[in-house]
Amino acid sequence: MIVAERKPIEEIMGFAKNCKKILMVGCNECVTVCYAGGRKEVAILASALKMAFKKDGKGLEVTEVTLERQCDHEYLEEIRNIVDEHDAIVSLACGVGVQFMAEKYLTTPVFPGVNTRFMGVTEESGVWSERCQGCGECILGQTAGICPISRCAKRLLNGPCGGSTNGKCEINKDLDCAWQLIIDRLKALDRLDDYEEIIPIKDWSTERAGGPRKVVREDLKQ
Amino acid sequence: MSTKTPSRLEKILASGNLAVTSECGPPRGSNGDTITKKAEMIKDYVDAINITDNQTSVTRLCSLAACIRLKLMGLEPILQMVTRDRNRIALQSDILGAASFDIFNILCLSGDHQSFGDNPQGQNVFDLDSMHLIQTVRYMREEGKFLGGDDIDRPPRMFVGAAVNPFADPFEIRVPRLAKKVAAGVEFIQTQCIYNLDKFELWMKQARDRGLHEKVYILAGVTPLKSAGMAKYMKNRVPGMDVPDEVVERMSGVPKEKQPEEGIKICVESIQRLKEVEGVRGFHIMAIEWEEKVPEIVEQSGLFPRPKVE
Repeated sequence: MIVAERKPIEEIMGFAKNCKKILMVGCNECVTVCYAGGRKEVAILASALKMAFKKDGKGLEVTEVTLERQCDHEYLEEIRNIVDEHDAIVSLACGVGVQFMAEKYLTTPVFPGVNTRFMGVTEESGVWSERCQGCGECILGQTAGICPISRCAKRLLNGPCGGSTNGKCEINKDLDCAWQLIIDRLKALDRLDDYEEIIPIKDWSTERAGGPRKVVREDLKQ
Repeated sequence: MSTKTPSRLEKILASGNLAVTSECGPPRGSNGDTITKKAEMIKDYVDAINITDNQTSVTRLCSLAACIRLKLMGLEPILQMVTRDRNRIALQSDILGAASFDIFNILCLSGDHQSFGDNPQGQNVFDLDSMHLIQTVRYMREEGKFLGGDDIDRPPRMFVGAAVNPFADPFEIRVPRLAKKVAAGVEFIQTQCIYNLDKFELWMKQARDRGLHEKVYILAGVTPLKSAGMAKYMKNRVPGMDVPDEVVERMSGVPKEKQPEEGIKICVESIQRLKEVEGVRGFHIMAIEWEEKVPEIVEQSGLFPRPKVE
């Protein structure tokens, strides 16, 4: 999933400072699972904002809506009839949803309610961590199913570096060394010899480096 | 072994002599004299001088410019190059820049993470890793081509080195990792500072068991300790450093004013013992901001005078 974190309320107050009525839109997908931008977080943020405005002697009306997704036209269309009644939209979706909203509703300001962090997993309740950077050419088949691009601080394809200590990364004792994990797993798979195969220089053109990316499936296009 | 480059370091190693290298860290400013002064202190006692590349990710005068200064003094620089700050375009370009001044040695590194330095908010690049940089220099040299496939006019003639840390974890892949660098084309190795000699000897034995000592020249890295405080700092704070308790205790066991002398003594004793280890082909003396001590370490270790090559 895409993992996000709530923005500080002060920042959102700054976005909304000249508004009298805002539309606050949650998303029922990833940001709901990571407790950043679902129905519950919309309700909490809406009442916190209203209280903060009241304290400053100002009134604020907030319409709360949570859509199934904000990355598909059909769900974003559900709010078309009410958008114009509002001075601004605060979207609690990831950056993808915020942008798609802005692309659709051209004359209403759209502000982000969360900081989008990474593609990751729920390690345990309340703990999320990164697993994928969307490089566009998956190498997990060569790295025992553990990604050094997203999990090694230097994204070394032929690690570990000299800073790996007791299974931890040199930049943070709470961070597992990705290459220690790879080696442990290669051992468990009885494939430690695979470590000595050099993973070649990577073609990063399928990654961010190659410019904004697009996937087109002609067979599905209408 | 026959030589493949005009590198003086390569010639000395190929002749069977123990090589001695040391390093100079460039200044945090544009005063080039800092480099030339440090180099003056050690030049007659070493065969080649590494110039570090923004070590510990702290911004400094660039390695290439400092290497050019050494070259203009008639000395033999080893250009350290990290993949942290440059993509493959900049790396190849700097290699050619160095080659244009006939810099004949390069040390290929990934580099410390930028979070340790003075710009922790900066981006890192890591377009290539150290293994890839080794392959890149060898490719440019042997094939006379850029990574993109075009021909290079006057390809670089560089003796290609890398670092290894026999003490980092996981220990069991430390020799396979050396083997991997050898397969990538590395020709000489400078190791992390050795304080745990037993562990180093075990690593070296494993390397010999695979015949790696005959495929790559291994220079044992040593760093004289200035104080008991430095020993404790290295032990506890520097990732991947193995300083045994005995060494810390030995440094702590002498009065503060005698500690620098004790540190030099430990360093010289280490070199003496390492000389006996089969496969050790020389020494890399990293006297961090203590370059003036390099001559006496070299002399006391019986490594002076340095051999002459044409």
